[in-house]
Amino acid sequence: MTIMTDPQQESFRPSMLLNDTRYRSYTFQFIALMVLIGIIAYLGYNLVLNLRAAGLNISYEFLGEPAGYDINQTLVEYTSRSSHLTAAIVGILNTLLVAFLACATATIFGVIAGVLRLSNNWLVRKLMSGYVEAFRNVPVLIWIIIIFTIMTAVLPAPSAFRGDDPDASMILGSVAFTNRGVYVPMPVWGPGSMVVVVTFILSVIGVFAYRRYAKKLLYATGKLLPMGWPSLAILFVPSILVFFIMGQPITLDFPELGGFNFRGGLQIGAPLIALWFALSIYTGAFIAENVRAGILAVSKGQTEAAASLGLRPRRIMNLVILPQALRVIIPPLISQYLNITKNSSLAIAVGYADITATLGGITLNQTGRAIECVLLLMLFYLLISLGISAVMNIYNNAVRLKER
Amino acid sequence: MSDTHAESVAYVRDTMLPETPPPAAETGITKWMKKNLFATIPNSVLTVAAIVVIYFLLAATLPWILNGIWNATSIRECREILDGATGGCFAVLSDRWNQLLFGFKYPSTEYWRPALAFLLLFVAAAPVMFFKYLPRQMLLFTGVYPFLAFWLIWGGSIVPPLLLLLGFVAAYVAFKALEKRGFGVAVLGGLGVLVVAILLAGSIGKIEVLRLEQVPSRDMGGFMLNMILGTVCVSLSIPIGIALALGRQSDMPIIKWICVVFIEFIRGVPLITLLFVANVVLAYFLPPGTTFDLIIRVIIMITAFASAYIAEVIRGGLAALPRGQYEAGDSLGLDYAQAMRLIILPQALKISIPGIVNVAVGLFKDTTLVSVISMFDLVGMIRGPILASTDWNGVYWELFGFAALLFFVVCYGVSQYSQWLERELNTDHR
Repeated sequence: MTIMTDPQQESFRPSMLLNDTRYRSYTFQFIALMVLIGIIAYLGYNLVLNLRAAGLNISYEFLGEPAGYDINQTLVEYTSRSSHLTAAIVGILNTLLVAFLACATATIFGVIAGVLRLSNNWLVRKLMSGYVEAFRNVPVLIWIIIIFTIMTAVLPAPSAFRGDDPDASMILGSVAFTNRGVYVPMPVWGPGSMVVVVTFILSVIGVFAYRRYAKKLLYATGKLLPMGWPSLAILFVPSILVFFIMGQPITLDFPELGGFNFRGGLQIGAPLIALWFALSIYTGAFIAENVRAGILAVSKGQTEAAASLGLRPRRIMNLVILPQALRVIIPPLISQYLNITKNSSLAIAVGYADITATLGGITLNQTGRAIECVLLLMLFYLLISLGISAVMNIYNNAVRLKER
Repeated sequence: MSDTHAESVAYVRDTMLPETPPPAAETGITKWMKKNLFATIPNSVLTVAAIVVIYFLLAATLPWILNGIWNATSIRECREILDGATGGCFAVLSDRWNQLLFGFKYPSTEYWRPALAFLLLFVAAAPVMFFKYLPRQMLLFTGVYPFLAFWLIWGGSIVPPLLLLLGFVAAYVAFKALEKRGFGVAVLGGLGVLVVAILLAGSIGKIEVLRLEQVPSRDMGGFMLNMILGTVCVSLSIPIGIALALGRQSDMPIIKWICVVFIEFIRGVPLITLLFVANVVLAYFLPPGTTFDLIIRVIIMITAFASAYIAEVIRGGLAALPRGQYEAGDSLGLDYAQAMRLIILPQALKISIPGIVNVAVGLFKDTTLVSVISMFDLVGMIRGPILASTDWNGVYWELFGFAALLFFVVCYGVSQYSQWLERELNTDHR
């Protein structure tokens, strides 16, 4: 842009700004920048005028004021006297909780449905494509509301579990599906339970170390160690041993019927279940298509080549097909995870207290700080999606075809 | 020789045996079942499991559908007729049919207008969708359709939309006249003529000709609102998406970064937060005193949302083109606009069609989110006025099943069309 104000050549004519390819791009960029600055200035000017007219200002002090509303499902301590900031943090944690749960189950649904869609079995194939089409072509909001309706309108009230001949009964005496939510046993962490947890984490690391070692040995010497049962043994045996040595520090607190409601146990609210399950089956249908496409993307020649080398079907799958299919499956899978996180904002439709419902819903309505709340809300989702994109880029670089 | 040979061998068969039919287990339905349903033991287990699942699905839904009540005025009447038997209360659909489709405020004498606009949508879309099989002259109607549909749905005098249409025609004529002098000049000239025409339309648009009853935007509702939002936003976002994609591919860093920031920002936030912006924030950024319809604000935000996604799809198409295509354009001496219009975009758009249709279907499904900011689209109508009424409080399955069915029909149809189009456009011989 300096070129425009400070011509370097004697023969510079203004018409060259449009007609000379050397200068034209500068002209266009200058115009674009000016237009952008103009738009921003215009919007900012309007904002200042509007705020002055309404007697408002941009300030984030409301975050420190008491929220004054209750949240039924919280992961950290929260009362109605806590600040709006605490409410927002509760919302963030709830968003992350439902997103994490839904990602895990959606992957399971998606992989099962995707593999079954390629099954030799005609009936199963058709059933799975029915599932995929039915869930992909109906808005997720409708699924969330339908499942929420099942949870609240169809399931029995806690009082139905009472009496000698109750209308409803608990599954295995420990899980109760009621219209107030699902009650499951809650683990109680007694003294010494940390040792068990640490042992388990170490076992998980141990499994990875063992598999790494086995792979290294395979590539170096061609000797194949068994994978399945040693992994299971490393994973569970030390933890179970420590669990009994420490004198069973972890116990389960079972929900029990008392008064008009269940006591004890862990209550998972109907909104969380509805959101979790709806997001899982909806996104699972999309993941199923990704999985199917990924497996089909590995050409048949690869299977045949592996078979002609004398590999067995199981090993063909593990060593030849899956590594290549995963390269195709994982990037869309991660963007589906991103979609789950963004779609979890639909929680507001069923009253689950995620970040959109706390910060963008009740806090916004109570304080009237629309600009600040929506800005913070967008910032949170933007950070999450940028983080997930960064993870995806790292993965893509790691698995990129290494061409020599 | 043959004679002697005949005598040396005791018996030689000189005719073929007739072919016997294959064993019963290897023909027809038995073989098909053996191959497709009971090939191995795990496969048979899967088959049985699938049959059980299908049985439970049918056992749960069939009596409910077949035994449904279509004629009643309230849920209590339904229950009286059913008398404890299983059955759906589909009477709510016939009772509230117009509300589900048009919302509860649209004047009931004018229902024919959106219905006609909906029918004409097919006529307008057909020459675009089946361009190989229908005469090109029909595209003229496609061009007229947006103005006609606006007049039909919103009502008022026909003069403003007509003048606007004439403005677009004049802009096109100006563009064609100036095209020889360069693409940029032609675009500027066309835009200038268009602005003049809009100003003219604003000043002399008060003349009342062929007046229909005016319906304000806030009275739109039901499935009609979903259709309006879906079609308007998708058709607006495709040109914007193309521009954004080209901007992101551009060599000019400032333009490139403006596009990148816009696209990544929009793609990073959920649609709901953008709808919040439309609902409560956008008004702060407009000149004081301007009142913008909520539906227009929502259309702006959804269009911005969709164009970011479409831009990414088209960028994928642009990136998939071999470098040689760009070089071929350069070597023919075409400038940027010509190369894009004649060589790059036709191919890139063809590659992008499945992706664009995916975005369009997703967007159409996402139009249900407007019910969260208390607009009465199909879902909003069901959750709001219908389920809250004393007559139909508790009729969940019939209503949500109906909504799901409507969306399924539209979305499934569109995705089937896109697969057909992909095969149709597949010009490489592989």
